[in-house]
Amino acid sequence: MEYREQSLFFDGELTKHTVPALSYNFAQVKNQLIVTLDLRMVTKIDSAGIAFIDEMLLQLDLEPGNSLYMNEIVKTAYNTFTSVGIKQAKIVVKEDHFTRLGSAFIIFLNSIKDGISLIADISYWSFVGIFNKKGQRKGSVIQQALFIGVDALGIIALLSMILGLILALQSAAQLRQFGANIFVADLMGVSMVTEMGPILTAIILAGRSGSSIASEIATMKVTEEIDALKMMAINPIRYIVVPKFHAITICIPLLVTASTLIGIFGGLIIAVTYLELSATVFVNRIFEVLTFRDAIIGLGKSYFFAWVIVIIGSYYGFNVKGGAEGVGKVTTQAVVASIFWVIILDAINSLIFYFKI
Amino acid sequence: MKKPIISIKNLVAKYGEETILDKISMDIFPQEVTVILGGSGCGKTTLIKNILKLYNPYSGSVKIFDEEVTTMDEQEFDDILSKIGMLFQNGALLNSLSIYDNVAIPLEQHTALPKKIIDKMIKVKLDLVNLSHAVNMIPSELSGGMKKRAALARAIALDPDILICDEPSAGLDPLTSANLDELILKLKDLLNMTIVIVTHELASIHRIADRIIFLDNGKLLFSGTLEEAKQTDIVEVRTFFEVGTF
Ligand SMILES: Nc1ncnc2c1ncn2[C@@H]1O[C@H](COP(=O)(O)OP(=O)(O)O)[C@@H](O)[C@H]1O
Ligand SMILES: [Mg+2]
Repeated sequence: MEYREQSLFFDGELTKHTVPALSYNFAQVKNQLIVTLDLRMVTKIDSAGIAFIDEMLLQLDLEPGNSLYMNEIVKTAYNTFTSVGIKQAKIVVKEDHFTRLGSAFIIFLNSIKDGISLIADISYWSFVGIFNKKGQRKGSVIQQALFIGVDALGIIALLSMILGLILALQSAAQLRQFGANIFVADLMGVSMVTEMGPILTAIILAGRSGSSIASEIATMKVTEEIDALKMMAINPIRYIVVPKFHAITICIPLLVTASTLIGIFGGLIIAVTYLELSATVFVNRIFEVLTFRDAIIGLGKSYFFAWVIVIIGSYYGFNVKGGAEGVGKVTTQAVVASIFWVIILDAINSLIFYFKI
Repeated sequence: MKKPIISIKNLVAKYGEETILDKISMDIFPQEVTVILGGSGCGKTTLIKNILKLYNPYSGSVKIFDEEVTTMDEQEFDDILSKIGMLFQNGALLNSLSIYDNVAIPLEQHTALPKKIIDKMIKVKLDLVNLSHAVNMIPSELSGGMKKRAALARAIALDPDILICDEPSAGLDPLTSANLDELILKLKDLLNMTIVIVTHELASIHRIADRIIFLDNGKLLFSGTLEEAKQTDIVEVRTFFEVGTF
């Protein structure tokens, strides 16, 4: 390799055997002004040589079209390999830790920005959508409500029953020792109404509806259906998300109430069979200890859980990358993220209402 | 010289940090068939979606019907969109709706036409693409070629001035894709449309193209008439017209 008159001249072999040394030589001269690569004296070249040429062009910021002098040997090889995409190989710059931290931070900030604007969009269109159904799928609120509500009811009922039985049974053994059998009603009432009912329902909805929202939107994005909607002047949020938002808002209080009642019923069974309490005593005790405030807090927070599930499902769905495999990935991420945020919201809620921060 | 119907100046498109289109300038002329060529992944779909603001251009100017659209608000742009039909690479029929409803959506969204008129228009469009028998089917019941034709019916539902087709023949057998070409040409004459089409089929290009736009790795390599394209010295364009591959 020789540098003269703003040109790099190569001769002999340009192959995997010579490229390592040539790369080293190139690094020494690349800060000079180089405008052409003269490859006319090259006698043999392979894909390593072509890749090296490509890399030099990249580093020198030159266009292949007007900076390469090639003979037939080089040209043939160059065309063969560039046609299969060596030209499209982009360099991946290895970032140091600070750059990586910096760009992760920027990505994080951007995702917060996207998230907030999505929340704003969904809230706005859901509100408008109450009065004006234009641009929504016909009948879809009912259809969605059936899917979210009725289909989920069975599994929620079953799990609430089991949870109620377990909770009561676990505490019964302790309560008996102190002759405090009646307190099983306090425990079941308060825990199911303020905590277990809402959180159990939310977690099941996150798994069912959160995943289905994310995967439906992601699939529509990948198959360009979202673009098609935009082409037809339909707002995708209005068309896809708003019906789900309305449906889940209708369903969540019903599901939470069902879950709570069934859980308490589980407690009642244990109280009657194992703690020798009568059903009337149990129920009366529950009405004594439970306040209206507890019920409102329990139902109130479950609305936020439901909305978080829709918003997070939509967020991940709209931000899908890649093809079909991307859909699976965002679906999983959406479920994990919704459960995470449901629990975080629950913690914040406890802090606010019970410690009166 | 005719006035362009779409005119693009220095369009730059990015996904995140990555530049996909680098300062593209090109014109599309009315009543012509413009073919966009370029290897897979070179940015053809990105170009189309940036023109239609499905992705927002990073910089540069896009004029459609002589109006700058990059700075236009959504409502105004909806008006422009209603004069453009788009056949997506994947067809992009809405999977939960019947073929009838798919074709009905643009009509219901963009116009205030009475239901009866819409009914008739849908029937005509489905007739044109030979799908009148499938009107009540849902997309998953159709073959690949039928889906493309249904999507085409939806794209021309509003008798657009401009029809954009992104690889209409991708994934179809040669016979079906030749039929689709014929169909597009027929529709062009019938509806007097300007057509922009992304395709690699050399045979169809020779048959239908008036003008060629050749992209390479996000850059505009060539833009001119079909005749000019056949005679150019640019290696990539030449190779394509000789061999039919990139
Ligand atoms: N949504 C996206 N996010 C990030 N990169 C994308 C996205 N869509 C396409 N790309 C990338 O942009 C480039 C051009 O893609 P595209 O315009 O689809 O190419 P073509 O239609 O010419 O095959 C490709 O490298 C592709 O990987
Ligand atoms: Mg494409």
